[in-house]
Amino acid sequence: MESSSSPSAGGFKNSNLAQAWLVLLLALCFGSALAAVQVQLSDTIAANKLNETLAQVPALIWGKAPPPQNVQITPGTLNVKKDGQASSYTLYRVAQDNKTAGWVVKADGQGYGDKLELLIGTDADVKKITGLFVLEQKETPGLGNRISEPQWRNQFVGKSTAKPLEVVKDKSQGPATIDAITGATISSRSVTNIVNATIGNLRGRLDASGGQFTERSQP
Amino acid sequence: MNDQPTATERFIQGILPENPTYRQLLGLCPTLAVTNGLKQALTMAGAVTVVLFCANIIVSLIRNLLKPHLRIVVFTLTIATFVTMVDRFLAAYMYQMSKALGPYIPLIIVNCIIICRCEVCASKQGLIASGADAIGQGIGFGLGLSSIAVVRELLGTGALAGVAVLPAAWPQWVIMVLPPGAFLTFGLLLGLINWIQQRRSVEG
Repeated sequence: MESSSSPSAGGFKNSNLAQAWLVLLLALCFGSALAAVQVQLSDTIAANKLNETLAQVPALIWGKAPPPQNVQITPGTLNVKKDGQASSYTLYRVAQDNKTAGWVVKADGQGYGDKLELLIGTDADVKKITGLFVLEQKETPGLGNRISEPQWRNQFVGKSTAKPLEVVKDKSQGPATIDAITGATISSRSVTNIVNATIGNLRGRLDASGGQFTERSQP
Repeated sequence: MNDQPTATERFIQGILPENPTYRQLLGLCPTLAVTNGLKQALTMAGAVTVVLFCANIIVSLIRNLLKPHLRIVVFTLTIATFVTMVDRFLAAYMYQMSKALGPYIPLIIVNCIIICRCEVCASKQGLIASGADAIGQGIGFGLGLSSIAVVRELLGTGALAGVAVLPAAWPQWVIMVLPPGAFLTFGLLLGLINWIQQRRSVEG
């Protein structure tokens, strides 16, 4: 959005600056117009993103059942240091009548097409997965993008976090297995791996009283 | 200046005789990429029309001040500004659609239709002709995109604009909503239109 110019010797009329006055003037006008648009809309855009996340939170804890009254959602973070690697998770504590009902964590990782962004819901002690939602995915349409479909996502609901989940292709419905989508084994594995890694990091660090959860005033 | 088409001619030319998709073969990136659903195609066509209209008006207003060797810079600057505005508006008021279209809204900046219309029409003609030209080309582009999208979405998912049309027994041709489906559909429709055109000119 800027144009460089170097007024050199040789008369003002022939200098780059004089020739490019229209470009410079337009750049200035357009730049201010864009700044105004950004100032006007940036809050709405940020709110859209946040609302999309918050709208999913109750369903990730209570499933299809209508959420109870008096639900409080508190945003916060959890810093995890494991094997020399530090990572920070955006987390939502979901409480009912000030009693922690569960946790919703934002997790991301590499999918088959591009980055995947997931929301994972767990119970208060991170003993059980209560929900999974795909916030952002660019997987193959018709195959990998079926990870967003409820039929597939709901396999995770109710799974114990005691041991890592395993992706299988034989439709055996074991207590710790996830059935791969036909033709999209990599997408299925990516999601399961992200879930396993995230749950592994959260386990033991969160409990009904909060654990290592740090509240944030700003969402 | 007298040999330039009038505003009405510009408007009509854009819709069918000089259709951006089928006759000029311009803007093929969105034509192939976002025609897997009718809603996406119409939103894309709307976004392109808005940008084209605004860019044509601005370029037409400043056409007498343009220096020949700097005109492309001015066109690009104008187009980029309006595209960024449209992108922000979509993200603020049509969030789901903005997510579905992803990078293809920012890519309107390099869409040849707009720079072509600025060069061919807006930098030479007045406000009314340029505005009419933008709307005509925009409608033409919308027709092009939606014709491909109707075929792809119907055969690929059995639905139109997300509403199921074909019976559930329809075996969904997944390939139609994947990239190869775009090439197949566009090629066949382009062939069909050329065939019709040829038969017409033979009869005439």
